[in-house]
Amino acid sequence: MIGSMPVGVGHFLVVSAILLMLGVFGIFLNRKNVIVILMSVELILLAVNLNLVAFAAALGDLAGQVMAMFVLTVAAAEAAIGLAIVVVYFRNRGSIQVEDVNLMKG
Amino acid sequence: MAPTFFFYLFSIVLVLCAAMVVSARNPVHSVLFLIGAFFNAAALFLIAGAEFLAFILVIVYVGAVAVLFLFVVMMLDVDFEQLRGGVQRYMPVGIAVGVLLLAELIFVIAGWHVHPGAAQLRFAPAPAGVSNTVALGQIIYTKYILLFQAAGLVLLVAMIGAIVLTLRDRRSSRHQRIAVQNARMPGDTMELLDVVLGAGVGAGDIRRPKVTEPDGIGDDPHGHGGGHHKAEAHHAPEGR
Repeated sequence: MIGSMPVGVGHFLVVSAILLMLGVFGIFLNRKNVIVILMSVELILLAVNLNLVAFAAALGDLAGQVMAMFVLTVAAAEAAIGLAIVVVYFRNRGSIQVEDVNLMKG
Repeated sequence: MAPTFFFYLFSIVLVLCAAMVVSARNPVHSVLFLIGAFFNAAALFLIAGAEFLAFILVIVYVGAVAVLFLFVVMMLDVDFEQLRGGVQRYMPVGIAVGVLLLAELIFVIAGWHVHPGAAQLRFAPAPAGVSNTVALGQIIYTKYILLFQAAGLVLLVAMIGAIVLTLRDRRSSRHQRIAVQNARMPGDTMELLDVVLGAGVGAGDIRRPKVTEPDGIGDDPHGHGGGHHKAEAHHAPEGR
């Protein structure tokens, strides 16, 4: 390895793989609750960030950390927009069940 | 030795918190476990030497995004027990996809190696002798300035979008509508009568000015159209 890191990069990769698996599992498990689905997406993006930071530290390259920062930015924007959509949807329909989202089905 | 110990400690707590996020029955608990997961991920970032990102994760995520989630979960009056239905139905396919994904990732992790020429391909080698925050600041505002501005634009668009989506014009007050004012003719509001000289104002017909109800006030108090009478009760205290 080029950079110096107290813990091997493989450990970080395993942790982020488990985190990503849990996020995907959460999307499947909570098929009806939009808010938990959004939280699962946050977990997946956190796994991505952990990967980026681990490789940035392992290679001694700061570009990975810059990329992780932009991923954080986009994730924050996504959470804000997603929650706004959830609020508007609840205001109109009185529920947040994903299965009720069929207004545009025709 | 100590970094390894703390790495395993924070990793285990992180994975447990993430598991509780997706499996907690109460979404408020999910949000709280999400906060715990963010804290532990920030600790892992610190171990990897990314101090600035760890601070950002705590400040922006725990301070803003998780609180936003908490607000929305508590604001929406949803029967969350009913949303839990179908867990048994979706559990097998979820476990199958998750285990498949994990197996693929572990195969990838077990088999990769760094190319010997990778050191020459680094975009921004970490400078020696400065802290992580200083080093990030030296390249964010110079080399990656366009990306930085684009990230700002993304946040601006997200902010405007969220405001536009959730802003309600309830028309509970009497707005001044300049177009309506300018389009008013004298005949709409005033009536000229020929009064017989000396007849007085008897016979009960004192002429009052025409009452024109300004349209748009009170006919749709919620602004966005119908179909939500179920949610009506929650908005009742606001309808002053």
